[in-house]
Amino acid sequence: MSEAGAVLELRDVYRTHGAGEAAVHALRGVSLTVRPGELVAVMGPSGSGKSTLLSLAGGLDRPTTGEVLVEGAALGRLDRRELARLRRRRVGYVFQDLNLLGSLTAAENVALPLELDGRGVRQARRLALAALAEVDLTGLGDRFPDQMSGGQQQRVAIARALVDERRLVLADEPTGALDSQAGEAVLHLLRRRVDAGAAGVLVTHEARHAGWADRVVFLRDGVLVDSTAPLVGVEQLLTGSGR
Amino acid sequence: MSIRHGLLALLERGQMYGYQLRAAFEESTGSTWPLNIGQVYTTLSRLERDGLVRPLPEHEGGQRPYEITDAGRADLALWFATPISRTDRPRDELAIKLALALTTPGVDVRAVVQTQRSATMRALQELTRLKYASDKPEDLPWRLVLDAMVFQAEAEIRWLDHCETSLVRYRPAPSRPPAPDAGAVDRTDQEVRR
Repeated sequence: MSEAGAVLELRDVYRTHGAGEAAVHALRGVSLTVRPGELVAVMGPSGSGKSTLLSLAGGLDRPTTGEVLVEGAALGRLDRRELARLRRRRVGYVFQDLNLLGSLTAAENVALPLELDGRGVRQARRLALAALAEVDLTGLGDRFPDQMSGGQQQRVAIARALVDERRLVLADEPTGALDSQAGEAVLHLLRRRVDAGAAGVLVTHEARHAGWADRVVFLRDGVLVDSTAPLVGVEQLLTGSGR
Repeated sequence: MSIRHGLLALLERGQMYGYQLRAAFEESTGSTWPLNIGQVYTTLSRLERDGLVRPLPEHEGGQRPYEITDAGRADLALWFATPISRTDRPRDELAIKLALALTTPGVDVRAVVQTQRSATMRALQELTRLKYASDKPEDLPWRLVLDAMVFQAEAEIRWLDHCETSLVRYRPAPSRPPAPDAGAVDRTDQEVRR
């Protein structure tokens, strides 16, 4: 049974690449639960296993041992077609490189995964425009990516990740090369969708971005070594600043 | 920061007298925090009053070494285990704490780093929450103040990450017991001449 209400659950997950002496242990016994309305940041140095964790959470990779559940479904027990459907319908990805198709408009880029999933063109466009409105791009749906700023393009990529009812949003350094204001806008959008009931995992090496999360976990050499939960006491912090 | 905990950490290495403590303190803090010998003796007498150190018999040269007591060790352990509040940091206590943690026997420096990082990360989360809640145009001055604190906290976390990476490569030098011998007196003399 999955933990009640969890959108994402990793249970004692190991991921090893290669075998014998050459084996690389990307993750070693990682357990993590993410509930609706919760944004979890994963921090750690390069090579600590952050991106592996995200790939496993999104069903792009399978654990060597252990289990990954999305909305209670154990990914390891799904066949290829079921897994693909779950990825298309329930999981949204935001990557550092946007992967927008230059020959499609913003709305077409966002609608593409829905059309691949068999939705009608008109319904897909309606949902795409709603997702673009959610990321504050109302009226820009018919622009091509090269007619938009970097920040706007990143928001199109986010709209594509959020379109329809995706309940699990996985973001890998989603602020990419954006300046700090545009990067912050991206995190603001993620936060908003999570506050509206999605579950989010944000991989980042920047503490300032991890600050947007409800919980921060640290990966070191494939092991989850610490996690923080929010504490009160900000009034003290602020009093301190006034000196 | 307390000079108290600095001196306790130094005495955890072994018994020392006032001038040795002053020299070792300055060495530990990269001379960023000069101490005068009066501060050292005042602090030592308070530590003695509180039962955290005890004086030993005087040497022939008239120097009285001190040693740390069990209560002092407990107090020092507590200091290392407790994260510093961002509200109360008149000097960069954290940098000094890490420098001392590295040279104090029996301290798990990585744990000190991790404890501090978690505490600072929590502070950063709280600040971000406040920022998120203050998104009206008239909130801008307030958001800028919050941003200043956000960037400071971020810098501290980056620095702690950096420290942790350095610790992985760190091999401590063989320890030199600070015996009250002639060499130590020489060093003190140099310190006085400086």
